[in-house]
Amino acid sequence: MIEFTFWDIVRNLLLAARWTVLLSIVAFAGGSIAGVAILLLRISKRRWLRRAAEYYIGLFQGTPLLMQLFLLFFGLPLLGFRIEAWTAAVLGLTLCASAYLAEIWRGGVQSLPSGQWDAGSSLGLHYIGQLRLIILPQAFAITRAPTVGFLVQLIKSTALTSIIGFEELVRTSNAINNATFEPFTVYGLVALIYFVLCYPLTRYTKILELRTARQH
Amino acid sequence: MGYALDFGWLNGAIGMIASGAAMTIFLIAVTTVAGVILSIFGAAAKRSRYPILRKAVAAYVELIRNTPFLVQLFFIFFGLPRFGIRLDPVVAAMLAMTLNMTAYTTEIVGSGLDAVPKGQREAAAALGLPTWLVFIKIVLPQALKVIFPALTSQIIIMMLESSVVSQIAVRELTYEADMLQARTFRAFETYFIVTLVYLGMSIGLRRLLFAGGRRAIAGGMA
Repeated sequence: MIEFTFWDIVRNLLLAARWTVLLSIVAFAGGSIAGVAILLLRISKRRWLRRAAEYYIGLFQGTPLLMQLFLLFFGLPLLGFRIEAWTAAVLGLTLCASAYLAEIWRGGVQSLPSGQWDAGSSLGLHYIGQLRLIILPQAFAITRAPTVGFLVQLIKSTALTSIIGFEELVRTSNAINNATFEPFTVYGLVALIYFVLCYPLTRYTKILELRTARQH
Repeated sequence: MGYALDFGWLNGAIGMIASGAAMTIFLIAVTTVAGVILSIFGAAAKRSRYPILRKAVAAYVELIRNTPFLVQLFFIFFGLPRFGIRLDPVVAAMLAMTLNMTAYTTEIVGSGLDAVPKGQREAAAALGLPTWLVFIKIVLPQALKVIFPALTSQIIIMMLESSVVSQIAVRELTYEADMLQARTFRAFETYFIVTLVYLGMSIGLRRLLFAGGRRAIAGGMA
């Protein structure tokens, strides 16, 4: 029987929180890159590409993230990929984040007046140039608040990866709880760690929202 | 190599999937009703004269919104028995879902109530309606009309999130999926089917709420 002092619990939880942070960052970065790709499809001039992106987004927003993780975790090995919890977690959160981010940014793109596109083409810019230099920078700027808001959601979502066996904060806390039988302390501390991670970002979202509101 | 998908188990599993789906629908129905009623009080408290009440609601909202639902659930189910509060899994799930839902809908309901012009209240009061009737007949229907889309989205998000309560052995859809895949050894096919069921439920729920909501609210407005 190993004795856990309060500080042992805190130390172990903080060590595990590194994985939560790492997973959040990797999934957000991956989701942003894939999200831009989905966004391009979603605002494409070809109808079937738009439709395909719409279905992709609807699929990820209409099913539980837990199911998405399960499908990857159990499905990819069938296709011959060796998969570990970390891979399934990163892949699942990345795909899910790409759908949400694409939808957020689409709102930004569509809120821009069509004169922005026209102005771009009158400068002799091609479609890609218009997107890169005129449309996307403005769309990202308008949607900064919801994007940061989604990051908060993503950090909270990493908790679900504990269920497919990824050793992050919640899974570690389950193990500590099983050893110490102090669920109140353990889960209280876990909630506190998530709060410390998320609350500054939530505050930042509020500031961004106020700033956007003042500009308009 | 090559792996042949097999859905032969599905025939014997429809009953389990249906009962799991029924549990999920029950949970979200209870959560929606309780959550909306509580968030009316929450929104009122946030606009009250007493700073302590306003601060308490704000703290509750921030606390819930900045921690994962799974942790809230574990805290309620595993943590509370320390104070002698031992909850049945279903009750714990309903409590956790309602507390989570209310934190989000308090903001939504509040913004809807703010959107109703003050003149509406004054006009109704001038007609001699008592305050509670003014609220139920005049203010609430108009507020609901404004917040309906946001509320619908939140209900669907909560329904999808409810898959997590399988972790405390509530026999809802995800729990039944876990049981099925353990029995059939067809994990991918099982989760695939259940994912489709969730997708159908979220599309159906959205349609239902919009169809029902339009009629009910239009009636209330007249």
